[in-house]
Amino acid sequence: MPRQTSTILQLRQISKHYGEVRAVDGVDLEIPAGICFGLLGPNGAGKTTLIEIAEGIQAPTQGEVLFQGAARTAATNARMGIMFQSTALLDFMSVAETLAAFRRLYDHGADLEDLSALCHLSEIAGRRTTDLSGGQRQRLLLALALVNRPELVFLDEPSTGLDPQARHNLWAIIEDIKSQGKTIVLTTHYMEEAEHLCDTIAIMDRGRIIANGTVDQLLKAHCPEVGISIPIPATAGRAMPPDLPSHEHNGRVKFLASDLNRGLNLLLANGFDLSELQVHPPNLESVFLNLTGRHLRE
Amino acid sequence: MRLRRIMVMFTARNREFFRDRAAFGWNFFFPFLLVVGFAIMFGSDRHQSFKIGLFPQPAGPIAAEDLPMPPGVQETRYLSFIGFSDQASGMMRLQHHKIDLLVEVGAAGEAAGPANYRYWVSDTSPKGYIAERLLREGLRAEGDPLPVERAPIQGYQVPYIDWLFPGILAMNMMFSALYGVGFVVVRYRKNGVLKRLKATPLSPFEYLTAQMLSRLFLLMFSLVIVWICCAVIFRFRVVGSYLDLLVAFLLGGASLTAMGLVLAARGTSEEFTNGVLNFLSWPMMFLSEVWFSLEGAPEWVRQVAACFPLTHLLSAVREIMNEGATLTAVAPQLAILTLMTVVFLTIGALRFSWTR
Repeated sequence: MPRQTSTILQLRQISKHYGEVRAVDGVDLEIPAGICFGLLGPNGAGKTTLIEIAEGIQAPTQGEVLFQGAARTAATNARMGIMFQSTALLDFMSVAETLAAFRRLYDHGADLEDLSALCHLSEIAGRRTTDLSGGQRQRLLLALALVNRPELVFLDEPSTGLDPQARHNLWAIIEDIKSQGKTIVLTTHYMEEAEHLCDTIAIMDRGRIIANGTVDQLLKAHCPEVGISIPIPATAGRAMPPDLPSHEHNGRVKFLASDLNRGLNLLLANGFDLSELQVHPPNLESVFLNLTGRHLRE
Repeated sequence: MRLRRIMVMFTARNREFFRDRAAFGWNFFFPFLLVVGFAIMFGSDRHQSFKIGLFPQPAGPIAAEDLPMPPGVQETRYLSFIGFSDQASGMMRLQHHKIDLLVEVGAAGEAAGPANYRYWVSDTSPKGYIAERLLREGLRAEGDPLPVERAPIQGYQVPYIDWLFPGILAMNMMFSALYGVGFVVVRYRKNGVLKRLKATPLSPFEYLTAQMLSRLFLLMFSLVIVWICCAVIFRFRVVGSYLDLLVAFLLGGASLTAMGLVLAARGTSEEFTNGVLNFLSWPMMFLSEVWFSLEGAPEWVRQVAACFPLTHLLSAVREIMNEGATLTAVAPQLAILTLMTVVFLTIGALRFSWTR
């Protein structure tokens, strides 16, 4: 008898090895129901391997995955929806036929008209899947992930390769799905996407979770400073304030201050010209940089 | 197992087939072209050997130097000789185009009159005509008149096209089954379609069953269309029952499709799969008597041929079409085809992977 829990998905000591390579290395995660959980990390961090283990597509080398406190079964799998990072569709089928075919694979499922409306597919229902644009194709794949009215939705790099407009359209749909109370597990290497959509974020690098929490928690814990930058010529002949660590980057000197007001006061007190000042609020990129010494997209 | 899920995949695969107009058209055009092309080509092929059966002789191939015929015949190129113990077994091969000409050796002193040799040749066989000319030329050295007498074939002579036609249909069925299942499923695995399906309640058995049913439906559909088109141009005589023919083709198609499923069970490399498909289909095509008979071939070649479903399919179909055999008469071939289907399907289902 599964125990009652508000945790919808648990990963316990998950590892996946390919020979000597440890793609996933002892990951523990608990994902509460009803949130959008983000798995953020650079390419090759192990995100897709981990999410495919959670989906049941790959078997872990060790560890276990629990859905609502119990081992997964065929019945519980039918309560999950998956949007893979790269998937081809059945050839020579229209959008409507593809949705209908996948819908019929389940005993229960979504109303296809509602689903088409949610994913903005109604106007292209008759179009062949081979004739879709990148954004339309991703929206169809997202609709397929929702065709069985899942409680838990996995979205693996859903906006990769999309132009900014298509990406924002997709984000709007994902926000609609969130508002329906579904749990979303989303992997991305786009910091903005994680910040925009996710309630909780785990940062992954080299097969391990290196930080986990809300955006605020991660920023406070791993990147408490705000950045202030001015052009290098504006610092000519001025002594650097000893209380403000700094480094040069792209023709500017960047100071890191634990408090913005105090940092600005120190710079003014030292006679710096702040007319071309830029403020760099901390973000997940800075968190990743601080934790690993590397950028997310290196 | 849900029949509904099988039907979803069955329908999807059929839609793909019918909507891919290029492939769809080629499926009909290819066998039709072969029938027409090879019917023409066989008359002008000078590079093949001509099989001459002799009786009464020990059964099996006869070396030229052991031939109980004059040197003129022994030295004639492009002739190969096969011994038969009696006239009936030789005549049966001749009537079904497994040999091109049948010679009775030592006919003198019996009903054959002054001739030492009496022969039979099919009037409908282009190879038989050339073999006859070669034989008569080889015997000419024995003097005039030729010590040979041509005798009429008693009973029904199977027209050459009637013998060739089932072979081409079965060969087309083989290529369609192997590539239409083996190659397509590997492509789906490579591009992630199968991974997407794995995330649904669809089971491997349901998926494979749908693939098999779909391919069988398409094979039989193509078969009927090609048959009708060819029948408009060529005159075929089906001695047996059309229903029996359909059953034989159905079981043969099932075994060939199941063979394709074994190849489709694993792998993500289309190139590798293509190589394996060639490795299987070409020997099968040449050893299953699609184009020529294995009469007189070494025993090991016959044993290899017996491993192929196409051999048993063709044997059953030709017996029904050319000889009027019933399903009971071809039950051994049908049983082998059924057994092969079960074995191939079991292997395919056990080995199947959605992603690897």
